[in-house]
Amino acid sequence: MKKLTILISCLSLVLMTVSLSCAAGTIKIGGLFAVTGPASFLGEPEKRTLELLVKEANEKGGIGGQKLEAVIYDTMGDPTKAQQLATKLIKDDKVSVIIGPSTTGESMAVIPVVEKEKIPLISCAAGIKITDPVRSWVFKTPANDHIAAEKIFNYMTSKKQKSIALLTVTDGFGASGREQIKTLAKQKGFTIVADEVYGPKDTDMTAQLTKIRGIKPDAIICWGTNPGPAVITKNVKQLGIKTPLYMSHGVASKKYIELAGADAAEGVMLPAGKLAVYDALQKSDVQYKLLKGYDQSYKKSYGVESSTFGGYAYDAFLLATGAIKKNGSSPEQIRNGIEHTSKLVSISGVFTMSPKDHNGLDLSAFEMVKVVKGDWTLLK
Amino acid sequence: MQFDQLLQYTLSGLSTGAIYALIGIGFSIIYNATGIINFAQGEFVMLGGLLTLSSLELLKLPLWAAIPCSVAFSTVIGILFERLAIRPLKQPTPINLVIITIGGSILIRGLAMLVWGKDTHAIPPFSGDTPIPVGGATILPQHLWILAITLIIIIINKIYFYHTISGKAMRACAYNRRAAGLVGIDVRRMVLFSFIISSAMGAVAGIIVAPLTMTAYDVGVMLGLKGFCAAIIGGMSSGISTVIGGLILGVLESLGAGLISSGYKDAIAFIILLLILFIRPQGLFGKADSERV
Repeated sequence: MKKLTILISCLSLVLMTVSLSCAAGTIKIGGLFAVTGPASFLGEPEKRTLELLVKEANEKGGIGGQKLEAVIYDTMGDPTKAQQLATKLIKDDKVSVIIGPSTTGESMAVIPVVEKEKIPLISCAAGIKITDPVRSWVFKTPANDHIAAEKIFNYMTSKKQKSIALLTVTDGFGASGREQIKTLAKQKGFTIVADEVYGPKDTDMTAQLTKIRGIKPDAIICWGTNPGPAVITKNVKQLGIKTPLYMSHGVASKKYIELAGADAAEGVMLPAGKLAVYDALQKSDVQYKLLKGYDQSYKKSYGVESSTFGGYAYDAFLLATGAIKKNGSSPEQIRNGIEHTSKLVSISGVFTMSPKDHNGLDLSAFEMVKVVKGDWTLLK
Repeated sequence: MQFDQLLQYTLSGLSTGAIYALIGIGFSIIYNATGIINFAQGEFVMLGGLLTLSSLELLKLPLWAAIPCSVAFSTVIGILFERLAIRPLKQPTPINLVIITIGGSILIRGLAMLVWGKDTHAIPPFSGDTPIPVGGATILPQHLWILAITLIIIIINKIYFYHTISGKAMRACAYNRRAAGLVGIDVRRMVLFSFIISSAMGAVAGIIVAPLTMTAYDVGVMLGLKGFCAAIIGGMSSGISTVIGGLILGVLESLGAGLISSGYKDAIAFIILLLILFIRPQGLFGKADSERV
């Protein structure tokens, strides 16, 4: 009899410790980033940001008493690979939430998997089709391109500029921007008088610009990522074109000014995510402290400037951990928590999700800036 | 169509065309000496630009010193390439050699990506960037540098190939390798020479365009292909016809983008390439070879 009591007490002790260790267990966050390959400029800062944030959170004792663990795989920018790795994250690693993938193509490939397995996915890709139509388990953090375009249009309206010459790059970013600008221009009553394109590796755009110069539009909008826009900026100066030049948020980094040269970039206007221009923001801006903190800790850890792309992973991390703190750490609880996020101050903007909006950003995600003497100045 | 617009298209086209020409000549020199098409030619263009950048920023050299330094270094890489990848080949059939140059170009590009990263870099222009008006159109001082340097290189080439012993020996190799060997020309050394000349020329092309187009680890691909087009139009001659080929290509691209549609800019180059290969494989100015039995 005595033996039995001892055995039972021993057993219960074991059970207790087991249940205790369960309560203090780890929450697994999956990461799918294109760390190598053509989209590595997206994936690398995203991976680094997530690792940095998980480390910082664990040093502070984890989220709600639970440690975090990041399981990150490199998708190499390949949709097939991303899909396989997503299955691996869910089946083998048993993650509660997935952050990534980095590109729109990969995200679209992963969506059927997470919808079937009911694991929340917070994509770091910008494509509008990821969250339009809304799918119950899929969210994304980068603002839609048309918000950036709308920001430009609003500014142009205030300057009474009506006719637009478009110059877009012939890759996914440029093609999507071109479509959205054209639709938006029609809605808002602007006329597109020139619709020119250039290749991502083109080295001279004077031909397109000479044609545009002959048409005399009120404004030129160029939609692309470096180095094209820098070449265009130089060409505009060479041809002596005085028409206002707008760029996309794709070049909102100091690198653009460096490549184009401060002299040629003078006066160029663009909608920028706040991280790129946080120096120029009011100290009272709600995002200021967070942006500065992220930039500085990123620089300290990796010795390079933070980028908007890393910010997407930051947003996803805040959304996920915010939901865990509020609701709990099961996939279902995380999903519901993210969907009810309200006024979450993060890097890309202030997120307010709803069952109808799984992106949660509005026009306030961007600031219109102008290049003055090699630096950004806010436009009011 | 206004005159100043046409003039601008032509001027832009000529300056881009000069670059294509310079790269194209690099292709034809190696082709003539060895019978292979060196697809790594574009990578020397990239190396020229990026090595100049490193000389400027890491070694803190002034521009006039950074340029020869970078050309010399690219040439050394060209020599290493020939020594390590081309010469040891047991069966130097053209197809093997071409595949090796493609492999070499991927290797060089990959290494450059590791050394310089994936970012695009800018190099300051040689003499300011105040546009020069030319009858309603404008060009940059850098365009004049490109045209002038291309001209000088072509003249030096001409002198070398027609008025020096080693230049004549190289032409002899191009004409008939076995006969050249029989009269005592060291064919293998001529092959090495051809790699030296063309890697140096590629590097020069890369340096003089970098202030305009900027440079990155992958600029060699497209410039290399365009240079190859120029060489094909010129019938793989290492002289004036490749230069004209490059200029024609540049001007047609620019006129096509301006007058037809900018969406077809690159297509124009490759349509010309295909047309030439189908209709006049000997080049625009070449006489068809009559093979004697």
